[in-house]
Amino acid sequence: MQPVFKLENVTKTYNNSGSTFTALKDINLEIEEGEIFGIIGMSGAGKSTLVRTLNRLEEVSSGSVSFYGQELKGLKDPEIRRVRQQIAMIFQSFNLLNQRNVLNNVMQPLRIAGVRKGEGREKALEMLKVVGLEEKKNEYPSRLSGGQRQRVAIARALAADPRVLLCDEATSALDPKMTGEILDLLKEINVTRKLTIVIITHEMSVVERICDRVAIIDEGRLAEVGEVKEIFRAPRSAAARKLVFPSNPFDPSGKDSRLIRVAFDGQAASRPFIAELVEKTGKKVNILSANTKSVGGIGYGQMVMELPKAPEDQNTVIEFFRDSGLNVQEVERE
Amino acid sequence: MSGYIVETIQKGILETVEMTFFASVFAYLFGLPLGVLLYATSEGGILENRPVNFITGLLVNICRSLPFLILLVLLIPFTRFLTGSSIGTTASIVPLTIGAIPIVARMVESSLNEVSPGIIEAAASMGASPLYIIIHFILPEAAPSLLLGGAINIATVLGYSAMAGVIGGGGLGAIALQYGYYRYQKDVLWTTVTILVIMVMLIQEAGSLISKKTRK
Repeated sequence: MQPVFKLENVTKTYNNSGSTFTALKDINLEIEEGEIFGIIGMSGAGKSTLVRTLNRLEEVSSGSVSFYGQELKGLKDPEIRRVRQQIAMIFQSFNLLNQRNVLNNVMQPLRIAGVRKGEGREKALEMLKVVGLEEKKNEYPSRLSGGQRQRVAIARALAADPRVLLCDEATSALDPKMTGEILDLLKEINVTRKLTIVIITHEMSVVERICDRVAIIDEGRLAEVGEVKEIFRAPRSAAARKLVFPSNPFDPSGKDSRLIRVAFDGQAASRPFIAELVEKTGKKVNILSANTKSVGGIGYGQMVMELPKAPEDQNTVIEFFRDSGLNVQEVERE
Repeated sequence: MSGYIVETIQKGILETVEMTFFASVFAYLFGLPLGVLLYATSEGGILENRPVNFITGLLVNICRSLPFLILLVLLIPFTRFLTGSSIGTTASIVPLTIGAIPIVARMVESSLNEVSPGIIEAAASMGASPLYIIIHFILPEAAPSLLLGGAINIATVLGYSAMAGVIGGGGLGAIALQYGYYRYQKDVLWTTVTILVIMVMLIQEAGSLISKKTRK
């Protein structure tokens, strides 16, 4: 199957009065049809630039971006505009027209596509129904909450039946509850409308919640790409570990004690690993951070623990976890 | 004040309104596109074009830096060519318009600059052309600010129209000058000044009100 987007050696540099800044360096990526693809990175990592190369709001300096096999680089203005009509986008700051009511905002892409007014109105109302904001059709954006505004933006994005939806930090301005609602809505749209979604975020929780695959961008480079589950279980790159490992500070008792992170992914939630460890090996660990949840009887999450002082005890503990089928990784002390 | 003066003042009000109205309409007819051009061709604008922006900006700045009184005199031949006369209400509309165009252009440009770049990016991501973005995204979003700017510009034109009295233009300015200044009729002077102040206030208040009503 043809990928929706194929990026080959994409590099982007900015020239700013003599000094050059490399925003993207040699990115190779394929985004498949129907998936929710996450692009995650710290702020300034280049992920916003990356997503804008997908609809050519940013031109690449070298390399190629193609959309369903069509190379974007050489396209003339009217051609790229036609491509953009198939690539909808939503934003952190919603970017709705404040002087237009909800219905007119949603109708905007249809007007651009040349759809007749009556038809466009019907389509817009249908989209508002999808996002659950039908009754707000005559309101102005300033009267809506952030979550509602993003829903309107989603309705607008979907109106012209795009083949892919790009989300640029779409939930970063929302509180956790609204974030959850918007993510659930995106997931639902992905499933019911078979829409490919690309999500830019700096929050691992967003990726964990709805993405199938994820690319980790670090200082303009692609640090790692793969299934979200796999990267969560065993992150290979430093950038991935930084994103995946718990961000809350933990305070080990010993200054130079050894820390490990154990990832739970699909093991029985009912199995008391720590108790078994103590029972079987007699070694004790100090839990510094734990974030696990049971989904349908299966455990997901991670723990960071401080190992005993003696190296042979440390090995016993690590071996025990490995034998239990858990992924164990060292946590670098800062 | 004699009945004659009262009649003259009444006629003066009408002339002032006429000059202000037509000069403002013509000034926007040319100033609005010019302001859009300045905005769109600026650095990072949606139709970035340095030479066009530089030349337009230069012209606007030159016109704007000319004192209006000088412009009035400079434009006498042009006015005569256009209207067949260099005095009177109709003739005054020409220099008023030309004096107001650059002011309108800059005011429009600054209103358009207030529109969030995010809106423009969203429009571009939908596949809208630059012209479509200007007409359907930028101008409607800037409408409240444009209206407020409009009130300020009309009040400025009104002020300028009084100056046109110096070179034989009609309106309240001419009356204030002829009766109030040359004939030392202080009551006429103060009456016309008061009327002008009230007119400016009415324009400003109406503009603010309409702008507020439009801002959603």
